[in-house]
Amino acid sequence: MSTTETQKIEELANKEYKYGFVTEVEEDRLPKGLNEDIVRQISAKKEEPEWMTEWRLKAFRHWLTMEEPKWPNVKYPPIDYQDISYYSAPKKKPKYNSLDEVDPAIRETYNKLGIPLEEQMMLAGVAVDAVFDSVSVATTFKDKLKELGIIFCSMSEAIKEHPDLVKKYLGSVVPYTDNFYATLNSAVFSDGSFVYVPKGVRCPMELSTYFRINASETGQFERTLIVADEGAYVSYLEGCTAPMRDENQLHAAVVELVALDNATIKYSTVQNWYPGDKEGKGGIYNFVTKRGACRGVNSKISWTQVETGSAITWKYPSCILQGDNSIGEFYSVAVTNNYQQADTGTKMIHIGKNTKSTIVSKGISAGRSNNSYRGLVKITKKAENARNFSQCDSLLIGDKCGAHTFPYLEINNSTAQVEHEATTSKIGEDQIFYLNQRGISTEDAVNLIVNGYVKEVLAELPMEFAVEAQKLLSISLEGSVG
Amino acid sequence: MSNTDFKQWFIENFQTFEKSLNGEKTEAFHRIRKDALSKFSSLNIPTLKDEEWKYTNISPVIKHTFNIIPPEADAVPEIIGKFLFDNLEHHLLVFINGEFRKDLSRLSELPNGVEVGSLSTAIKNNHPVLLKHFGKYAEDSNNLFTALNSAYTKDGAFILVPKGKIVEDPIHIIFLNIAGEEKFITQPRNLFIAEDNSQVTVIEHYASDSDGIYLSNTVTEIFVGENAIVDHIKLQEESLKSFHIGRMEVDQERNSNFSSHLISTGAEFSRNEFTTRFNGEGGESMLNGLFMISENQFFDAHTMIDHAMPRCNSHEHYKGILQDKARGVFNGKVMVRPDAQKTNAFQENNSILLSDDAVMNSKPQLEIFADDVKCSHGATVGKLDEEAKFYLKSRGIGEEAATAMLIHAFASDVIKTIKIEPLREYLEEIITKRFNQ
Repeated sequence: MSTTETQKIEELANKEYKYGFVTEVEEDRLPKGLNEDIVRQISAKKEEPEWMTEWRLKAFRHWLTMEEPKWPNVKYPPIDYQDISYYSAPKKKPKYNSLDEVDPAIRETYNKLGIPLEEQMMLAGVAVDAVFDSVSVATTFKDKLKELGIIFCSMSEAIKEHPDLVKKYLGSVVPYTDNFYATLNSAVFSDGSFVYVPKGVRCPMELSTYFRINASETGQFERTLIVADEGAYVSYLEGCTAPMRDENQLHAAVVELVALDNATIKYSTVQNWYPGDKEGKGGIYNFVTKRGACRGVNSKISWTQVETGSAITWKYPSCILQGDNSIGEFYSVAVTNNYQQADTGTKMIHIGKNTKSTIVSKGISAGRSNNSYRGLVKITKKAENARNFSQCDSLLIGDKCGAHTFPYLEINNSTAQVEHEATTSKIGEDQIFYLNQRGISTEDAVNLIVNGYVKEVLAELPMEFAVEAQKLLSISLEGSVG
Repeated sequence: MSNTDFKQWFIENFQTFEKSLNGEKTEAFHRIRKDALSKFSSLNIPTLKDEEWKYTNISPVIKHTFNIIPPEADAVPEIIGKFLFDNLEHHLLVFINGEFRKDLSRLSELPNGVEVGSLSTAIKNNHPVLLKHFGKYAEDSNNLFTALNSAYTKDGAFILVPKGKIVEDPIHIIFLNIAGEEKFITQPRNLFIAEDNSQVTVIEHYASDSDGIYLSNTVTEIFVGENAIVDHIKLQEESLKSFHIGRMEVDQERNSNFSSHLISTGAEFSRNEFTTRFNGEGGESMLNGLFMISENQFFDAHTMIDHAMPRCNSHEHYKGILQDKARGVFNGKVMVRPDAQKTNAFQENNSILLSDDAVMNSKPQLEIFADDVKCSHGATVGKLDEEAKFYLKSRGIGEEAATAMLIHAFASDVIKTIKIEPLREYLEEIITKRFNQ
């Protein structure tokens, strides 16, 4: 490599996190610490009914008996769960009818992110349920959805307005006893989105939420529940960027999807939280439980994720294929740079007959990061003619990073057909040479190759997201290429 | 027997074992045994919560009380004859219930300096090579069963091929277990040293023609010196009621070439741990395996290829055929350490389930810390290809014959890489007996 190239690379490598800034908004927050009282207070602040408070308390009591999992291939200092404030919300909580009423500071934040609400509203009819820290502050296109009978609101609103639906489905996919972080979330979740698409309705627009962690030292505990009734279709987008912070921030979200007969849910994520600085200081801990249940026949759940942020990512969007002929899909691009660590993958549990699943996972590690794919494909005894295809590729950029693959295949039925393949390699010198020869700089060549490498996954994203994701990829990898 | 009882049994009976050693209790070596025993007592019995034992339940094994001194048994040469390969010039070592039997062994002329014999003789003579290598590769500190084996080390095979020597004929080591009513444990400990530029082929053959209950807890350490070539075959045909726990640790020096085959058909429960480590550049390693299990058999293969040095190649291919209620586990790990650039590693695991009750758990893993590498792995689990079967049937070949034909083809990927033709024929016969009926 020539000196100029090295310099350029160093220059790019020194780039700061582009989306780092803090919005000054008056906050209403609870003191640090976690006990039954705090759980009750959270519930009271959200004006929740008795049954919800009880549910939270049940979860909290169970959480006390649990131990933090140690098996992921990630390293981080112990988290003091008593040193976190479990609730923070912009102080004034008026109901907005139009966007103009939204706190200008918040709107400015979105503008800085390059996703002004106005634009979003116009952009191909995207309805945004913007979650600012923990409380929904702006909701758009609600009326239009209402006409079709689609419920798209914040979780706290759903608890008040649609208690029957919430009672029926909340915790039905990820029970409050599920795992350490999901249980913690069940006890203290602040807010999130709730979507219900009634029978036979095809949601005409992409639903999206912009999550944003703003107040420092506030763990965000989002809770999302999406239910697609018989024959319904919905596509949901989740994307986020977070301001620069030094303290490690804990994020333990839970996402539950329920697809009934012939229903389809498509869930796309672009995650770009603060990954920590070049020395690995700071950054978000992203410990998320995402799970979808294909309850009905011919139902389908598709997860697509582009993970570029967070100091530690620890998540396994899963599909439980209960209904006959149901389909589960998982498309993932995980990029780690500097000291980032990612342990991510999926679980496909085949229970129904003729169930199919596809896993395409593309990991890219650069700098001193570690990127692991951990996936389970389980074919239960009754899952006749189940079919799975998994492909997990890793790309290594630099010799200080690590790429790991831990697939688990558990096959209990002889009619199953399960295939797994994985490759690990670096970008070929011959490929770069070929592009250099045609006048394309090394930096651009790597971008081109990486984009080709992840194309399969990006193609699954809705248009608007695909563009953003591509930008994110090149920002994340800038400067890591040698 | 509960978990603590199992450990307690071996701690308490150590004195009985010491007595059985008679005059063979040389000071230097006995300290190794005692150290191993204290490690054994400090280690826990693995449970399903241990990641390495996630699919392997050890309780059916440890619930038995195994007599620590195997019964004396006399093998008629006809029984041994069953496990020999026709038309093969070879050196033969025979162990009955873990003890070396010179009268049944047969060594042809060996090159000058080559030693092929029993470990107990090497211990008795305080053999310097033994003391240099013993316990250096298969460490006791993290493995309960290895520690147990080390503590109770009495006999096994000892092979030393000095610099530049070539042993032309394969060395066939038969560990024949003859069990009656009495349950017992046999713990062979093998040490194979191939010094620089040497070459040797070893067949480790565990066999039984009885259906007795016993536990084979074996440990094999292999040292492959610079430019040395070692060809290793492990054949496991233990009694269908027995338990087999085997560990093999290989240390490969610069430009060495090690190839291994594990063929497993026996034992109700078998656990095979196998690690090869590249200690110098330019090493080559091949790990192939084939297991065929039926009824209530359980088979577990745990392999680890440690690319600690640059420019090494490894190729791993494990295949399994499962019938009835058999359960199989494959856990293969390829580790590429930070400086191991220019590594080439390939790993594949294919399994065929011939029954709805068979279960296969496969965990092929890659852990890579270097960027200029080519690593890939693949795993498949399924039944025999219906279309291939249909193709054969449409040409007038019956269902069963077609199935057998496809199984032969499936297994041949592993068998064809064995260099010894009489052994290939022996294995083909085993498959024929199993599937052509």
